[in-house]
Amino acid sequence: MNEAVKRRIFALVALAVAAGALGTIAFSDMGEDLVYYWSPTELLARDDAMNHTVRLGGQVEPGTIDWDKEAQTVSFSISDGSASVPVSCKGNPPQMFREGIGVVVEGELQPDGVFHTEKIMVKHSNEYKAPEGTETDPRKLYSTLDQG
Amino acid sequence: MMSFLSGLWAILTEPVNFIGWLGFAMMAGAIRMKPKFAWEHTVGVWGLLWLTIGCALGLGWAPKEAMMGEVGRILYVHVPAAWIAMVVFTIAFVSALGYLFSGRLGWDWAVEAACEVGVVLNGLLLVLGSIFAKPTWNTWWTWDPRLTASLVMMLTFIGVILLRGAVRDPNRRATWTGVATIVAYLNIPITYMSVRWWASMHQQQSTPATMNDEMKMVMRMCAWAFLMISIWFIARRWRLAQANAMAEMPEPLEIPKGAR
Repeated sequence: MNEAVKRRIFALVALAVAAGALGTIAFSDMGEDLVYYWSPTELLARDDAMNHTVRLGGQVEPGTIDWDKEAQTVSFSISDGSASVPVSCKGNPPQMFREGIGVVVEGELQPDGVFHTEKIMVKHSNEYKAPEGTETDPRKLYSTLDQG
Repeated sequence: MMSFLSGLWAILTEPVNFIGWLGFAMMAGAIRMKPKFAWEHTVGVWGLLWLTIGCALGLGWAPKEAMMGEVGRILYVHVPAAWIAMVVFTIAFVSALGYLFSGRLGWDWAVEAACEVGVVLNGLLLVLGSIFAKPTWNTWWTWDPRLTASLVMMLTFIGVILLRGAVRDPNRRATWTGVATIVAYLNIPITYMSVRWWASMHQQQSTPATMNDEMKMVMRMCAWAFLMISIWFIARRWRLAQANAMAEMPEPLEIPKGAR
């Protein structure tokens, strides 16, 4: 077989491999096993989650934030609308932390029913606005948490 | 269909996009008129000019972000790095197909140039993203789908460059690089779609509707600047690859004196 034909076959095979792999990832339910965090509903539905380090994501439930600035701890509840998990964090919350914002925490659910964490990560939405007196409606900031 | 056409028209006539159209026109003019300097310097200087203006406007003129404050301004370089990294990897992909279908080594030099420039932009994207993430998300790094996919994308193309360095014969090297580049390009749609397919820390793509107008303009300005500078880098790197290929060629056989 001459070189030119061989090269073209290589190109087509490479394209087929790439397209096949992409199709597999896009249309298989790989996402089921590829989970970055659980929502409160998903966390509470599992009986094997207790005492294991996992990530929990959802909205900071308004009215539940209790920040002890002396002891440098903060507790609040994470909610996904249908279920809610109380969270206790060693350390101060990050700058963007506030009521209604989307957060992801790393830690473990302990037998006392409280999710213990030392790391709060704050999500932000895909909206970029200028400050205009009134602040962004915090409910919009967790809109991207709804998917998946 | 009509809304698509009107959307396209809006993009074509958006004032800030004339930076790009003018840049391409200057590039075409310089290629055609063959000035004493290499044609790519025109887009290079044009890109540097708009990068300077874009950064100045981004730091001083565009409003601070309502939630993130001043820190949000890193957006004007983080997002263009991501966009243009993907564009440059696309140039590598098209060039790889170009080589495999035509057999011309000129395409192969373009693959080499674009892969390297792409890796640089991808590295910049990760570093800038990390700096952005610390004050906003409260972490330098997390293994979420988008971040992981972006890192894998960079490592894959570093792999392509390493593979390239391991093959001696120019034609075989070009074929292997081409095949590897085409397969590696799989990372670009995965990285782009990662925030839609899987729940992640990184937010989904912004759209023109979710962004303040001044911010949008500065971001596009910087994106054009990144593109122009990347074309400049790729062209320079292409010439270097060409020079290397010439040096690599075997010496012509010497014809003994006196022979006819």
